[in-house]
Amino acid sequence: MSRPGFVLEVDDRTPPLLVHNGEGFLLERFPQGTRVVYPPEALPPVRDVDEAIQNALLNPIDSEPLPELLRAGMRLTIAFDDISLPLPPMKKPDIRQRVIEAVLELAAQAGVDDVELISANALHRRLTPNELREIVGERVFRSFFPDGKLYNFDAEDRDNLTHLGQTRHGEDVEISKRAAESDLLVYVNVNLVAMDGGHKSTSIGLASYKSLKHHHNSHTMIHSRSFMDHKASKMHHSAWRMGEVLTSHVKVFQIETTLNNDIFGGPLEFLQKREWEWSIKDQASFLATKRGLDVAPAKLRHKIFTDTRSNYGLTGINAGAIEPVHEKTIEAVHRQHLVEVQGQSDVAIMGVPFVGPYNVNSVMNPILAACMGLGYYFNSYRGNPVVRKDGAVILYHPVDYEFSQLHHPSYVDFFEEVLSESTDPATIEAKFEKQYAEDPWYIHLYRTSYAYHGVHPFYMWYWISHALDHCGDIVWVGANRKTVERMGFRSASTLSDALEMVSHSVGRSPSITYLHNPPHLLADVR
Amino acid sequence: MMLALEMYRSPAKYLAAKAVGGRIPGILTGPAAPLRLVTINEPKAERDGWARIRPILSGICGSDLGMVTGATKLYFSAVVSMPFVPGHEIVGELLDDCEDLPKGTRVVMDSVLTCAARGVEPCEGCVTGNTNRCDRITVGHVAPGLQTGFCRDTGGGWGNLMVAHRSQLYAVPDGMSDERAVLVEPLAGAVHAALRAKVEPGQSVLVSGAGAVGLFATLALRELTQAGRITVVAKHAKQRELARAFGASDVVAPDEVFRGVRRATGAFRLKQDFSGGEFLLGGVDVAVDAVGSKDSIDTVLRVTKAGGRVVLSGMPASGADLSPVWFRELEVTGTYASAREEPNGRPAFETALELAGRAPLDGIVGARYPLYRWREALDHAHSAGRLGTVKVAFDVRAS
Repeated sequence: MSRPGFVLEVDDRTPPLLVHNGEGFLLERFPQGTRVVYPPEALPPVRDVDEAIQNALLNPIDSEPLPELLRAGMRLTIAFDDISLPLPPMKKPDIRQRVIEAVLELAAQAGVDDVELISANALHRRLTPNELREIVGERVFRSFFPDGKLYNFDAEDRDNLTHLGQTRHGEDVEISKRAAESDLLVYVNVNLVAMDGGHKSTSIGLASYKSLKHHHNSHTMIHSRSFMDHKASKMHHSAWRMGEVLTSHVKVFQIETTLNNDIFGGPLEFLQKREWEWSIKDQASFLATKRGLDVAPAKLRHKIFTDTRSNYGLTGINAGAIEPVHEKTIEAVHRQHLVEVQGQSDVAIMGVPFVGPYNVNSVMNPILAACMGLGYYFNSYRGNPVVRKDGAVILYHPVDYEFSQLHHPSYVDFFEEVLSESTDPATIEAKFEKQYAEDPWYIHLYRTSYAYHGVHPFYMWYWISHALDHCGDIVWVGANRKTVERMGFRSASTLSDALEMVSHSVGRSPSITYLHNPPHLLADVR
Repeated sequence: MMLALEMYRSPAKYLAAKAVGGRIPGILTGPAAPLRLVTINEPKAERDGWARIRPILSGICGSDLGMVTGATKLYFSAVVSMPFVPGHEIVGELLDDCEDLPKGTRVVMDSVLTCAARGVEPCEGCVTGNTNRCDRITVGHVAPGLQTGFCRDTGGGWGNLMVAHRSQLYAVPDGMSDERAVLVEPLAGAVHAALRAKVEPGQSVLVSGAGAVGLFATLALRELTQAGRITVVAKHAKQRELARAFGASDVVAPDEVFRGVRRATGAFRLKQDFSGGEFLLGGVDVAVDAVGSKDSIDTVLRVTKAGGRVVLSGMPASGADLSPVWFRELEVTGTYASAREEPNGRPAFETALELAGRAPLDGIVGARYPLYRWREALDHAHSAGRLGTVKVAFDVRAS
């Protein structure tokens, strides 16, 4: 029986607590009285995954069973979440592989020949063939990839986009032509956190810039409070409106899966245990891992983390019509992630780990570190932010000046050119977004190499606009001073220094909440 | 007799400077410098049109440093006459009446020793006003020398007295400080470079280098052309600040040129095999090299769009890869000194004097040294960028 999440209050018996810090971690002694929010332990997984998949496909919610939707001569498109989910990536077999294989099995039985599989990467980078293989499995990869029937969505391929119309708010809905013209679009999702899934899967994952710019902008993002609560998120409201248009043109069979918090296994299991419960073995593992990482060359350290694969257990799978399926999904996600937190605090502390959605098999550059901390973790709340208005956020991450030229070419320019001029999301949106979105070189790299779209770093910055607007102070502990200053933040050497630096806005005895994640948690702030 | 710094012929020192100067910069202004502080006879102004000048300030130019450090190519050995007193960026005071200029007038000097100064029939360059292209710089009644400051007979700014011909002189307006006036000669060179660059309205320009040549080129391009975006490559903080003050739209570090230009112009960026060298398809319309090094020339050739123009404003080093000139059909333009009749119909010096009067040039002469502290002065000039100085000058009167 897994235990629910809870809030610990640090007292004189509390040991130093683990904090993620990029490609490493540390033990930090927090001031007495600090509230520490622990995620629930991993929920027990579904025992027979294949049976659960079959059950979902044959007994969908508000939809005919999948076999009844399949017929010979039809056009079937299977779209699936890209490499940005789950985090860290899943040990083989990936849940998407198992679902896709089951769908293909039914399609074969129905005599469906015209099948294409699309990685719904929107403006994310293309997946390499190996990355596609990891998601869909060897068998599916070999059957579809060589014939070009398994591929990445290309949001800049004008010939293969279809404009389906506009929402009642005048938002363009432009998606993959193949998906739009299919008799059935099956979407295979991994719903790691509450913001994933629902209409976001299809109307964002398969959409072009023309469509995305309606909700991926500073105004909408700042009013998405939070992204993890689709009913209170303007971005999701927009995606839902687009979903209405999309589903009025295309029959969508949504398959959503939820995973448990079993993220760190083997020698890293201590990372998901509560510190005072660490066995001698856990303590030894911590010490060995920490010492090893401290002396390891940067490349080796990077490889160790990049190669991390998580166990994950399936906690649920639902299929059918998008909205009722997503309601069930959200229930399951909440069961795994939700932790009740009473009231806001003056200071929120977060440790930014080594991986975020956009640096899988890559480098977490300063903008992505900011997005992970201030976009994802800050927004991991329902109701109210963990930190009060004009409070302070303290983050841990080295924030090194390190960029992947292969994956994030426009990020370098964004950092050097845009952020040196302004860090205000609305200002940079007005002045620079169009230039970057239409830069032919970025488009070329997005389409032919493995680069995120030119406009992507802007989205990362909009992602943090709510935090920028809400917080009075943002300080990074142990970070590269120059890089955080370029982003408009400050750097402190230690937690004590950071608390000293923010004391002018929150006082010398602030209330503090430390979000102890990963594993993932969603603070339900009352 | 007068005190002067004299450059003399010393093959051994030239070779020593060339061989180890790059690794031991101190040697260039120390034992390997073919330069000495001496007391020599004053030059004479016996012919019509010539007059004596007492230099007030005399700048140290990159070409002067090149001579001292052995960086200057032997190509130029035929157009100088040893020994000579260097110094061609001067503001001085006339010690004699010089045609219409009365004794005591403060003057600046176009240093090119043209047909008029040499008393020979005007060559084609001089007739057309392109005096910097004079073909008679080795003949006439003055010893060979492409400019004052490289000629045995005229003296130079690094001495207490020199002579110049009326055709070289421009009166300094009352009210203009000596510190501004001494910058007129390099400014005239920048005016010439900016006009030779033939920048069309709205065109993008890259200026590689933010020493005096690059900064003044930036200023002249902004003032005299309708250039669109001007990107300046600057290594040091003070240079970055000045480049913006002189009209740069943006400033990039040397290792950011390809990224910055690519972003600014929407070009495509390619990497060649093995060496890791980069180049752009697309790029700026016009690039100005204001350094002269192999790296800088390579860079400007590789970031200029097909059919664009590359202006070599610094004295060029050898070894640059000319593939882009051929493949991208680049137009390569040299700019040397300045002309009496520029494309705008005026002498570059007149335009430069106007610029010197209104441009934000206060503090540009960052250090002044008496002649006897010449080693310190040259050391300072050699590291000017790093030390936040644009122009180092000899304060000749203090010597």
